Amino acid sequence: MRLLSQLAIGEHAIISAIEAEESLYHRLSALGFRVGKTLSIMRRANFNGPLHVRLGTTDVILRDTEAARIHVQNDSLANKP
Amino acid sequence: MKRIALLGMPNTGKSTLFNRISGASARVGNWPGITVDLMSAKVLLGGHIAELVDLPGIYDLHGFSDDEQVVRHFLANNPLDLAIVLLNSSQIDRQLSLLLQIKKLNIPMVLALNMSDEAKKAGISIDIDQLAKSLAMPVLQISAKYGEGLPKALQAAAAVINQAQTASDPARISLALEEDQKIEKEMESLLAKYVHIPSTLSESSTDKLDKILLHKWLGLPLFFLAMYVLFQFIFAAGKPLQDGLAWALQLLRSSMLEPLFAGSPTWLSGLLLDGIYNGVATVAAFVPIIVLFFLVMSMVEDSGYLSRAAFLMDALMAKMGLDGRGFVMMLMGFGCNVPALMGTRMMRSRPMRLLTMLVIPLSLCSARLQVFIFMITALFSASQAPLVLFALYLMSFVTMFLTALLFQGQFKNKEPFILELPPYRFPTLRQIVLRGWLEVKHFLNRASKFIVIGVVLVWALTNFPSNVPPASAGTYAGQLGALFAPVLDPLGINNQLAIALIFGFVAKEIVVGALAVIYGLQGDALMVQMASQIDWVQAMSFMLFALIYTPCLSTIATLRNESKSLGFMWLSLAWSLGLAWLVSFVFYQTARALGF
Ligand SMILES: Nc1nc2c(ncn2[C@@H]2O[C@H](COP(=O)(O)OP(=O)(O)OP(=O)(O)O)[C@@H](O)[C@H]2O)c(=O)[nH]1
Ligand SMILES: [Mg+2]
Repeated sequence: MRLLSQLAIGEHAIISAIEAEESLYHRLSALGFRVGKTLSIMRRANFNGPLHVRLGTTDVILRDTEAARIHVQNDSLANKP
Repeated sequence: MKRIALLGMPNTGKSTLFNRISGASARVGNWPGITVDLMSAKVLLGGHIAELVDLPGIYDLHGFSDDEQVVRHFLANNPLDLAIVLLNSSQIDRQLSLLLQIKKLNIPMVLALNMSDEAKKAGISIDIDQLAKSLAMPVLQISAKYGEGLPKALQAAAAVINQAQTASDPARISLALEEDQKIEKEMESLLAKYVHIPSTLSESSTDKLDKILLHKWLGLPLFFLAMYVLFQFIFAAGKPLQDGLAWALQLLRSSMLEPLFAGSPTWLSGLLLDGIYNGVATVAAFVPIIVLFFLVMSMVEDSGYLSRAAFLMDALMAKMGLDGRGFVMMLMGFGCNVPALMGTRMMRSRPMRLLTMLVIPLSLCSARLQVFIFMITALFSASQAPLVLFALYLMSFVTMFLTALLFQGQFKNKEPFILELPPYRFPTLRQIVLRGWLEVKHFLNRASKFIVIGVVLVWALTNFPSNVPPASAGTYAGQLGALFAPVLDPLGINNQLAIALIFGFVAKEIVVGALAVIYGLQGDALMVQMASQIDWVQAMSFMLFALIYTPCLSTIATLRNESKSLGFMWLSLAWSLGLAWLVSFVFYQTARALGF
């Protein structure tokens, strides 16, 4: 199990847990961060800037601090060559 | 009267639909959080006059940021006869949760699946008949932007209203809404049954554009390049229009108004022609540039690029205690500081919101742009002009960044930064024209109020007491200027400019009008006169001061209302005045010391 903030660009993963206080949890979930959902990392801004993540049809940007609240598992299907 | 509300997540097209149905002109933009307040309009629906209410977007019913509070407060205090819930069809996989939450409130509702045009392109199919059955409410696919499916949607809405179901009960709504987990399950099952989203979305044009515009190294330079090109365009295309209009207004005066007032007493023709007409005409000549500016601005706002700017700048903004959204508000401030200040409602942490509000008044708004274009064309050559203007924009950023850096310690915050990145969109002609018209209306509104009052006052000050020559040191204006001379002389700002600055406190549009009145000239003659009175160093010092010293009374009032703190308003005012003086002083004295 890893954190969203540790994923590399282009990697796919499945959300396994979200650890956040209530208001952040609700916001994340409204933007599509739900346990079991697949996501992929599109890019990261320079100078340790935000991550650009794609969940289904929604693109979201978030900082590392927030990304570190999201636990992910390898997406065994998507990461096969 | 029946009451209908538009509900949905941010950026789903509520305001677009609102404009379509009511013919109103609510602000639209491809940025989550354009609408931060209620707006309502009367519409005729199914034989009833109904009140249609456009609301800020909400992600869920638990949100507590100030814009979301507006919605909660509205729902908890107003019975609704109908809620039109808008979802972005392409993102139904996450937005359905909001619909299910609202459904629990027992409001008569209609589901409008908006942006069906985009969903179709992405190959997303939704079985709306079955979905409607399952949800037990009318479900319609629409495209608010292109007007597709609207008649049917309105019919469905009218039918619901005419069933005369009992309206929602606000008391019930204010009861908390739990059962989130059930909602999650229900959502999954609905999606699995009735929605098909292709598992691999083909690379869209948005993806291709993002590869360039969000590029690791090219992204930021491209941003500044685009900004430079856009301002050049506004300047290059707007200047001839302004000159033409100024010429026409001058012609109107000499060929019609002057003969007309030839027989009237001098004080009357002075007040009407040298005062009101010169002042207002000089300001009015800027209308084409302002309209052009807002056309460009509306295209930028609607393109979806603002969220990209937030992505590119967030790392830098974080160093100043702000975030990417704060940067977007600075950009919005280029249009007008007031909506930018209100746009900070989306921030939940009060310290961050205040810090952002402290920097926004330093954003070079379109009213200040008029002053600068006026001064720059009078004192700089055509080839220097665009560079000077761009330098002022950079200066605006520098003062904002500096302010944030200095004050971030006082406004420490831990606001999370999560933002959706909408696809790139291009506004329709209709949207662009609507926006341009909105700005003209806004301008005329301001013009008819304080610009006229302002120029009349300036005229009176420069013409009384009547026993001294107009605009001389003996007039009230001269005396007022002399009063400020000890503070403004070290900045190279003379008495005439000082009067303009004093009135510019109310609104920057008055500055240009005031100068026209003070010098009793208009158009080219005014420019020539300005150039003979001051040199470029003084002009630059004046512009720096005008950029920083204070936006306008509306901005100050907005600062007060949004922060709900008089102390904060005074802090902002004192800081900008102090900073303006310091910057102009350093610039002027250094330039003089260097022999310019
Ligand atoms: N392609 C497409 N774009 C649309 C449609 N409806 C709205 N838009 C665009 O979506 C963006 C958001 O529209 P708004 O009407 O401002 O959305 P809103 O729901 O009022 O947004 P907030 O006020 O921020 O909550 C704008 O760029 C619109 O032009 C549609 O049917 N199709
Ligand atoms: Mg809106």
